[in-house]
Amino acid sequence: MTLPLFTTTEDPGPDFAGLMRRLRVPAHPMLATPGSAPAEGFRHGTTVVALRYADGVVMAGDRRATEGHAIAHRAMEKVFPADRYSAVAIAGAAGPAVEMVRLFQTQLEHYEKVEGTVLSLEGKANQLGQMVREHLPMAMQGLAVVPLFAGYDLARGTGRIFTYDVTGGHYEETEYNATGSGGRDARTTVKLGFRDGLDRTAAVELAIQSLYEAADEDSATGGPDLIRGIYPLVATVTADGFTAVSDDEVADRFAALIERRRTEGRQP
Amino acid sequence: MTMPYYVAPEQVMKDRAEYAQKGIARGRSLVATTYAEGIVIVADNPSRSLHKISEIYDRIAFAGVGKYNEFDQLRVSGIRHADTKGYAYSREDVEARSLANLYAQYLGQVFTHEMKPLEVEILVAELGTGLREPQLYHIAYEGTITDEDRFAVLGGETEAIVAALDQAWRVDWTLPEALRAAVGALAGADRTLDAAGLEVAVLAEGNGRRAFRRLVDEELEGLLA
Repeated sequence: MTLPLFTTTEDPGPDFAGLMRRLRVPAHPMLATPGSAPAEGFRHGTTVVALRYADGVVMAGDRRATEGHAIAHRAMEKVFPADRYSAVAIAGAAGPAVEMVRLFQTQLEHYEKVEGTVLSLEGKANQLGQMVREHLPMAMQGLAVVPLFAGYDLARGTGRIFTYDVTGGHYEETEYNATGSGGRDARTTVKLGFRDGLDRTAAVELAIQSLYEAADEDSATGGPDLIRGIYPLVATVTADGFTAVSDDEVADRFAALIERRRTEGRQP
Repeated sequence: MTMPYYVAPEQVMKDRAEYAQKGIARGRSLVATTYAEGIVIVADNPSRSLHKISEIYDRIAFAGVGKYNEFDQLRVSGIRHADTKGYAYSREDVEARSLANLYAQYLGQVFTHEMKPLEVEILVAELGTGLREPQLYHIAYEGTITDEDRFAVLGGETEAIVAALDQAWRVDWTLPEALRAAVGALAGADRTLDAAGLEVAVLAEGNGRRAFRRLVDEELEGLLA
C-alpha cells in the first residue's frame, strides 16, 4: 500500500466511495450482465421497523435470514448504528445489504474525519440513497437491498425516519414505517398502536409487538427464539446517540407479551 | 554554450534542510505525552477551526506543525489510508506503524527528489492495546522517523521544551498533571498559555471505539485550573 495522494483536480474530497473508485478497489462488484435470469440461492433478510417517539426514534429488526424456503441463519443482525446519531436497518439480499451498511458507516466516519464536521441527517439520508441507486443493476437481478434509515436530527431536535425504494429514491416518514417481507404486517401493527409523543417504554413495546405480528404472518421473519434465547434487535436513537436496548429487556418484554396473550385467552 | 555549474550534493541537502527548518521554526510547537489512561496532545494554537491535531482512526491520532496546507494534505491521506485498509481488511489491522512508515517514505522521497522539501514535522500517535504499548512516531521533514514511548516535541526550537518535559515526566501520571506540565513546557519561562490559546486532544480508553476526543472550553479550563 502507498500513501493515497491526489492532485488537487483529482482529489475525491470526503467521498469514500469516490476514493475507492480512484484507488480501483471495487466497492460494488457487479455480478451478472443485465438481462440474465434472477439469481437464486442468496440469503434474504426480512422485517425491520422504525417509529418516532418523544425522545427520538426506535428501530427494530428480526434475526432470520432465509435461502429460498430454508432458514440460513438464526441470529443475523439487521439493525446497525450508522454513526453516533443515526441507525440503519436492512431488508433484502443479505450479502450486498451488509456490505452496503459497512460502506455507509465508513463513508459517514470518513466524511466526519476529513471535513472535521458531521454530515446533516438529510445529507446522510442522501448518501445512503446514492448507494442504493448504484446498487440498482444488482437489484434488477433479484438482489434488491431496501434499507430503512433513522436518526436524531440535532439541528431540529427531533427524530426522523427515511424509507427507500430500489432505485435509491428516499422519502421521509412523519411517524413510522417498516420494510421487508413482513413489513406490511409490522406497519399495520404500529399503525394501530401509534400516537404522537409516545414514551420510550410504549415505543419499544410497539416495535416488539409489530415484529411479533410480522413473524406470526410471514415465514421469512423470525419471532423470539425462546429455546436458543435469540431475540430481535431493538435500538433507540436520541439526543444521547444510538443505544441498543439490552437483550434482557427485549426478552422480558416478549415474555410479558406472550403471558398477556395467554391470560387474555387469545392465541399467542 | 553555458555549462551547468556543479553543486556538491552535500550542499544541496544542507540548503534544503535549512529551508525546511526555517519554515518549521516559523510556526509554533506541539507536545504529545503518554499518561495513565492514554495519550494527550497539546498544541500552541489559538485557531478554533484550523486544527493541528486530528483523528485518523479508532486508536490513532495525527498532529502536525509547520506549513498548514502541507501537513493537512498528509493528514487527509492518512485518513484515506486507514479507512481503505480498515474497509478492505478489518478495523484491528489498521496500525500506526505502517502509516508512520508511509509518511516517512513520502517525506524522504520529496526531500531528495523534489525542488522544495515539505516544511512540516508530523506525529502519529497510537493508543496501546493489550499487546502493544502506546507509541508516538515522530517524523521529521526529511523522513527521519523516531518512536518515543514517553513524549514527543514537534517544532522549530524545542530544546527548552524537551528539557522541561524530561524533568517533569513521570510514569502513569494523571491527565491534569500531564496536561499542566505540557502547557508549562510549551509556554516557557516568560509567558503563560490559557485554554483560549491551546488546542488539546486525547486518545484515551473509555471513549468507546473511537478513542480520539478533543478537550475544549470548560472541560479544558477545569483541567488547567
